[in-house]
This record gives sequence, structure tokens and C-alpha cells, in this order.
Amino acid sequence: MSDAFVQLSDLTLSYGKSVAVPNLDLSIREGELIALLGPSGCGKTTTMRAIAGLLSPTGGTITIDGRDVTRVPANKRGIGLVFQSYALFPHLMAYENVAFGLRLQKLPEAEIKQRTEEGLATVGLTGFEKRKPAEMSGGQQQRVALARSLVMRPKVLLLDEPLSNLDARLRLEMRTELQRVQKETGITMVFVTHDQAEALALADRIVLMKDGKIEQLGTPSDLYARPATAFAAEFMGFENIFKVEGAEVVSANGRLPLEARPESSILAWRPDAVTVGSGPHEGRVAACSFAGAHREYVIDSALGPIKADAAIALPEVPLGETIRFDLPLSTARGLAA
Amino acid sequence: MNTSMRHLANWSILGLTLTFLIGPFLIIILAGASDTEYLAFPPQGLTFKWYLKVFTVESFRASFLLSMALAVFGTLAALLLGVPAAYALNRYDLPMAETVRTIVAAPIIVPGIIVGLALLRYMVVPTGVTVTLALFMAHTALVLPYAVRVVSSSMTNLRADMEEAAVLLGCTRLQAFTKVVLPNIRGGVLAAFILGFVTSFNQVPVSLFLSGPGVRTLPIDMLAYMEITFDPSVAALSALLAFMSLAIVFTAERLLGFSRYV
Repeated sequence: MSDAFVQLSDLTLSYGKSVAVPNLDLSIREGELIALLGPSGCGKTTTMRAIAGLLSPTGGTITIDGRDVTRVPANKRGIGLVFQSYALFPHLMAYENVAFGLRLQKLPEAEIKQRTEEGLATVGLTGFEKRKPAEMSGGQQQRVALARSLVMRPKVLLLDEPLSNLDARLRLEMRTELQRVQKETGITMVFVTHDQAEALALADRIVLMKDGKIEQLGTPSDLYARPATAFAAEFMGFENIFKVEGAEVVSANGRLPLEARPESSILAWRPDAVTVGSGPHEGRVAACSFAGAHREYVIDSALGPIKADAAIALPEVPLGETIRFDLPLSTARGLAA
Repeated sequence: MNTSMRHLANWSILGLTLTFLIGPFLIIILAGASDTEYLAFPPQGLTFKWYLKVFTVESFRASFLLSMALAVFGTLAALLLGVPAAYALNRYDLPMAETVRTIVAAPIIVPGIIVGLALLRYMVVPTGVTVTLALFMAHTALVLPYAVRVVSSSMTNLRADMEEAAVLLGCTRLQAFTKVVLPNIRGGVLAAFILGFVTSFNQVPVSLFLSGPGVRTLPIDMLAYMEITFDPSVAALSALLAFMSLAIVFTAERLLGFSRYV
């Protein structure tokens, strides 16, 4: 891709003899917000550390803004990283934490002051200059960490699990904050997460990784609606995934007939794609929980447990009772083997 | 047992413990003030002359300066070796880390008598290094275990990503160490210094073997003095030294909560 701002080419990353990421190719456009998504051990953090320069690749190249930085040390790369633990300097107050990098550049005091205050204002922490990290909440500490990276005007800002240490309310607030900061500064951001909801909500594009390889790359709506593999589907909330044999879906427990013979060899349904209350199949209610707009059923079927959402308007079927359901081909997502 | 008896038992134990801890200290203070020509307790009459005499004994003055110099420079040298060692042991997954820890701790595990004899027999005698240099090296080695241990304990909460953050903000590895690691372990380093200083200053068994003409540490000089003279000035000097140690530890506790690190 010619408009790539960050380009990873044939990148191989290893720890000793074990290869964590083999031959990775990835292009990131300028100003993009990219999520590296995957379960732990998929290589997402390793890839991020390599972009930052904290890990030397064993093969391949990293290009940023047209310059090959593969051998450029981390302190000369001009990349910001907000650590999962925030990694603030405990002996310095918020102002000095943010000013830390600017002081290293030996900028004039007036400029340091102006940029530091600007940075703290950007993250809404004006007035917190004199607080030590231990005197701030987790959310505030993260904002300081964000400001500390932003004032350096990095070419790329990396964020390691930026929302995972926050409670639900703060998470939403920080998510909005990150999007706002990104829009205001136009900075290219790459963040690492294991939470698909976080990736879907924040990212312009998602890089779904598995075993050090890119499983699927696309926009959130792409990945959500059209996962290509069973792994991607499972990550995107398709909780009912079954193999196809002829005109039947099969599992280790048994099989159920479909209305026709599908083209795909694997079919997947989200809970809300399963028809509940009517249909050709029968099962027993193994669990039912109220979720506001719908009820979440676990149906004990010939295939084993099936997760299905039923509209709240349908009468509740008690535990242990028989319930009718259908796995319609029209709402199924076909996957490659 | 009823409550009042239990109270009595508790207070007796506390009283005995305090007596054994503080008693000897009180005894030397008073013995040093006895108005007699020999060491006596309980003191007969009270005088400050022995406390003043301490300052006029030429060999005490010389050995005090030697002990001070050994304690200061030996401890500094131990920190110079110990801080990087503690850092490496904490930060990296080193092969043989346990072995290194054991070797570093060896000088406090091996009896001082043996260390002293070995240094004399296998270092001073065959190589002919000066006794002063041997003393310096011995004291450095003796303080090293404390330096490594105390500094290590102040490093356990220091996460590696703090240094990585500093590097990404433009620091070299060395700058990350001086600007981020050192300020955060300052308390531990100071505590190690004080502990090392006191350990070195009070050291007897090793220093016993490493004495030469005119080269004696203060505790050894006091032993030698007692062999010839048995006046209360040794008790007076002991009391003064105990006060000095107390003052150091008290100040340290006040300034940085010393006891957190030891």
C-alpha cells in the first residue's frame, strides 16, 4: 500500500528460540485508529512493543513516515506508548511527569510550561499539576500518562489495553476521550486489546490476531457482520458455531436438519439470529436470564447447548420446560473451514 | 489464669526484655562516670573526667578516624557494587541468580573469625598488600550483603515499564536509571548506607586479624587498651559510641522511616 504511514513488512518477532510473530505484514494509514485484537498470547503486545522499539525484530522491517526505523533505538523513534499500568514516575508530580520528555529535549522553560499545561488541559487535568501519582485515581493517572505521551507530539501513539484497568463508567468516559483526542490531534493511534467490544467501539480498523498471524483485518462493521473464520466469528459474538454435513449441522453431541443444503462448511449464529418460540426443533430450557430488551436462553438441544435471545414480548418459558427453536439459514453466517 | 495474673506475667516479660536490652547500655554509661581508677559498677562517685580523657588518648583519635574512613568509604564502595547488583538481580532473569545471591550473602554467613584469618593468611601475607587496603576490602565485602539486600527490597515495587516509559520519552538506559530508578530507591540506598556504616564501625572479628603497626580500628584499639589499662575511659568511650549510633539511627528513622527498609 503506497499511502502506508506505518508499514510492517515480513516482520518476525521472537523470544529466544520461540517465534511469537512470524512474517507479519501490516499497513497503517496516517491518522488512523487501529486496534490489535486477540486473546492473550496472540502476539498483539509483542507487535506493539516492536513498533515502539522495545523489542528488536529477528526479521523484516518497520517503516514509519517513509523512514526505515527497524534499527532505530526506542528513545530516538519518536513514538509514544501509554502503558497498561500507566508507568508514571512515582517520585514526580503530575506536571513533572508530563514535562519529563520535554525537559530531556532541553527546550526553553517557557515552551515546556506552555506545552505541559496544554497537555494537561487536553486530558482535562488542569489544576492537578501538583499531585503525585499516588494521590490520583486510576483514571486520572491514565490521563497523565496520555498527556505525557501527547506533549511529545509522537508520530504514532501506542496504547496497551487502555481501558482494561478502569471501571465501567470510566471506561466509557475514556473511550470518548480517546476518540476526541484522536480527532483533535489527528495522531495515528494503535491500541492493543483483548476486548472485542472495546475494539469495535473505538477503532477505525481492527486487526484480529491469532498465534502471531493476522486472522482477519477490516472495519468494525466488516468484522462484526462478516467474520471469515470460526475463530473470528467466536470473537465477534457468534456463540453458536457448527459444522455442516450435507443438509445437517453437527456437533460432538448430535445433529439437526437444516431447511436446505448450504454452501458453507461451517455455519454460525449469534444468539439473536436464533428463532425462539417457534420452529422445527425442540429443546429444554437450561438457563434463562433477563437482559432488559430480551431474554437470554440457553437451550439444551440435540446439538448441545444453544444460546438464543428471545424478544421480551414472548412469554417466558420456565426452566426445564420444552421450547421450540429454529436455526434459519437466512440468518446464518457461512464460514470457511 | 485470671486477668490480673496474666497482666502481671505480660509486664514481667516486657520488663525483663527491656532490662536485658537497655540494662547493659545504662551500666556502661554509669561505669564510665565512676570516680575510680578502675572499672567499677555500681559507680563510686560521679565524674566526667573519663568522658573527657577519651578525647585526649592519641591512639583512640587515630583509630576513630580509621574506623570512620573505613565505614564511610567501605560502605560507599559496597553500594557502588551492591546497587547495580541488586538492580540486575531484580530486573533480569539471570542464570545462576540464586548462586549469586548466596555468594553475596556469604560474608555474613561465614564466621568473621574465619574471614579475618583467611584474609590475613591468603591475601595480606602472600601478596604484601597494606593492612589498610585489606581492611578496606574486608569491610566492603562485609557490608555488601546488607547493601544488596536492603536496596533490593526497595526495588521490588519498581516496575520495568517505568524505565521503558522513560526510554520512550527520550532517555538512554543510563538516564532512565539515574532519573527514574535512583530517585525511587533513594530511601533504600540511604538505609543501606546507615546499616552498612554501623555494621562496619562495630566490626570486631575480621578487623582483629587485620591490624598492623599504628593501624587499628577503634573497637580493636579499645580491646588493646583494656589489656593494659583498666580505667573507666573504655566504658565512657563505649557509651559515646552507643550514643552516636543511636543518634544516626534516630535521625534516619525521622528523616526517611528507616525501619521500612531493614
